[in-house]
Amino acid sequence: MLKWAQTNLSRRRLLGGSIATIGASAICSSGATAQEVHGNHGGSTPNADAATSAHRSAHGAMITVGSVDNARNGFDPTTMLTDWYTGVVSELPDGRKQRSFEITVEEKEIEIAPGVMFPAWTYNGRVPGPALRATEGDRLKITLKNNGSHPHSLHFHGIHSARMDGVPGAGVIDPGEEFVYEFDAKPFGCHLYHCHALPLTRHLHKGMYGLFVVDPDPARHPEYADIAKSRLLGSPENAQWQELAMVMNAFDTNFDGENEFYACNTIAHCYAKEPIEIVRDRPVRIYLVNITEFDPINSFHLHANFFDYYDQGTTLTPTLKTVDLVMQCQAQRGILEFTFKEHEPGLYMFHAHQSEFTELGWMGMFDVRETVS
Amino acid sequence: MMHEPVNVTPARAPASSGLSPLLWLLVPVAILAMAIVWLFQANPLQGFNNGAPPVENLTIERTILDHNGLRLLVRAGGSDPMVIAQVQVDDAYWEFQKDPQGPIARGDTTWISLPFPWVLGETHKVNFVTNTGATFEHEIAVAVPTPIATSGSLWSQAILGAFVGILPVAIGLMCYPALRGAGPGTMTFLLAMTVGLLAFLLVDTVVEALEFAEKSAPIFQGSVMVVLVAITSFLVLMGIGRRHGTPTGLALATYIALGIGLHNFGEGLAIGAAFTAGAAGLGTFLVLGFTLHNITEGIGIAAPMLKKSPTLASFAGLALLAGSPAVAGIWVGSLAYAPQWTAIALAIGAGAIAQVIVEISALIARPQNQGITALLSPSAFGGLAAGTAFMYTTAMLVKL
Repeated sequence: MLKWAQTNLSRRRLLGGSIATIGASAICSSGATAQEVHGNHGGSTPNADAATSAHRSAHGAMITVGSVDNARNGFDPTTMLTDWYTGVVSELPDGRKQRSFEITVEEKEIEIAPGVMFPAWTYNGRVPGPALRATEGDRLKITLKNNGSHPHSLHFHGIHSARMDGVPGAGVIDPGEEFVYEFDAKPFGCHLYHCHALPLTRHLHKGMYGLFVVDPDPARHPEYADIAKSRLLGSPENAQWQELAMVMNAFDTNFDGENEFYACNTIAHCYAKEPIEIVRDRPVRIYLVNITEFDPINSFHLHANFFDYYDQGTTLTPTLKTVDLVMQCQAQRGILEFTFKEHEPGLYMFHAHQSEFTELGWMGMFDVRETVS
Repeated sequence: MMHEPVNVTPARAPASSGLSPLLWLLVPVAILAMAIVWLFQANPLQGFNNGAPPVENLTIERTILDHNGLRLLVRAGGSDPMVIAQVQVDDAYWEFQKDPQGPIARGDTTWISLPFPWVLGETHKVNFVTNTGATFEHEIAVAVPTPIATSGSLWSQAILGAFVGILPVAIGLMCYPALRGAGPGTMTFLLAMTVGLLAFLLVDTVVEALEFAEKSAPIFQGSVMVVLVAITSFLVLMGIGRRHGTPTGLALATYIALGIGLHNFGEGLAIGAAFTAGAAGLGTFLVLGFTLHNITEGIGIAAPMLKKSPTLASFAGLALLAGSPAVAGIWVGSLAYAPQWTAIALAIGAGAIAQVIVEISALIARPQNQGITALLSPSAFGGLAAGTAFMYTTAMLVKL
């Protein structure tokens, strides 16, 4: 009897020891990572190797296994970060710009985590849908074609008439139909669009959402013209910025009303395995929207740095200054601005600060470098 | 009337050659083969394909915890081969390795190992996510290191087994001299008590076997398997036991010891499995409970030999036969073997117990020569009641 108890005790000690060691190595490694990766730059080691070893040491073995076939999915989360859909621009008789967009609903199996397929409903074959971008005051003409097997719509968070709202009776269209949404791009800010066919929950969680960014027109904001210019895509001031489109989403793969996978831009752990390259001395601006279904809130936490936050992006001065965490309910969104100018190069983590979301896939890295390869 | 046609048939049979009846078998075999080929080639069941995902089923058969993390043996039971795409532990994805790699065919098993730093004495939930997004959850109720077979651990388990298996049977057998002078009434009482305790064990064993069967992969059809194995074991032992007439005396005692031994093997498995699963801390009280619970088993073995004079060696042999399987059971059970094996072992035990119940009842009925009503005499009924009541009460001490 005594012997039995002793056996247990000695194992317990052994085990405690091994866990302590794991913990210690994980803690040390985050410090060592930066140097390690930095050192690799001088040598001929491929960046991919450095990144792999870096994310391994930063998160240990707690990560999804394998990699997603981006080619089969037809979209790549890294490309998506900077892939803005600005539409086809034409001039209206009154001299205003008109932007025409075409969006097609398509049902598609997508790989949302290595080896895990999800029967998604997509806009233009991607989840999130294309990141639409226009300038304040532009006339927008968005053609939706429904190639799916259910009624769908585009419901924009913006200012428009009731007829253009994309709710049942006003722009929800049946399979095979087409609808044109027309309205002016206002107010400027970081917005979103999503399907508003019913049931809303199902249409959202199947992947029918995307960013809708309206840049401020500098001419309309003389008091903050410089700031407005920096937000205006295509301006020389804007070119200085490294802008990223990020949609926080999640997937309930077994349809039990709880998410199995969380991510930023659909693919669990995508930016942990392929860190986002950031040039050290150029400022960063993130257009962030939370569209997570089933959970009341989501959040964004930046490691080792602080940012200014513009809730909904409808102001040119920050609504929150110097924070390293922002919380968003569903459809809440905003703009994050920060810089790594004063930082040493290295891997800087970002993730939801709901640990559960982080550990179920919503975690990534900024790979801050002197120059981008 | 009925016999006539039967007698006619063999007369006709020699007319045809001995081979041709077998040749007729080729027809059904050929039709079956054609049906299979057609089913695969023409796919006539296509109309039933309504776009539903394949049925998936995953049973977790073994869970090993050591300082490398977790290892789980999983068995697939889907309509198609299954792919485990990701594995969560406590709502976090962990890197894992599959051995063997690739999809798991229906009925096959794979070891999944994760470098997860589990916490002693706490609960962990493992969740397997397949390529279709279906999830299969497995709870490690209380995380404790899975015993590994070292000489030290085998020895301490052997001591435990001796306490719950061999010692009580030996103590029970030691009542033999005191019981020798028993009159027919006491004799009937003792034999009926043995039937009572065996009846308790039978129910207990069957229920436990069914519980383990429930945990095993659906492909084994657990409950059917338990019933079939128990009946087979019963019939085989009946057949062997009755080769030279109804067993009595030492022979019957040996069968009782065998039945009890098989039950104790199952009990050992359960104890071993309980410790492996962390379901039980080992209290002195619990061990004493098992000892007390099993003492009657010794008396039961001794009962049919009261009018004979067996050697001391046969007493030792009987004690070991009935008790030592508990040791083996704990050894095997602590290595976290798959539930279907435990269910089979328990079902064999159930069959063996049923056999001795029948034989002892026959022994009780024989002197009175009044069949089953003998069991309803005051002394026999009292014995039955005492046996079951004692077992039930002492079982309260050991229920985990």
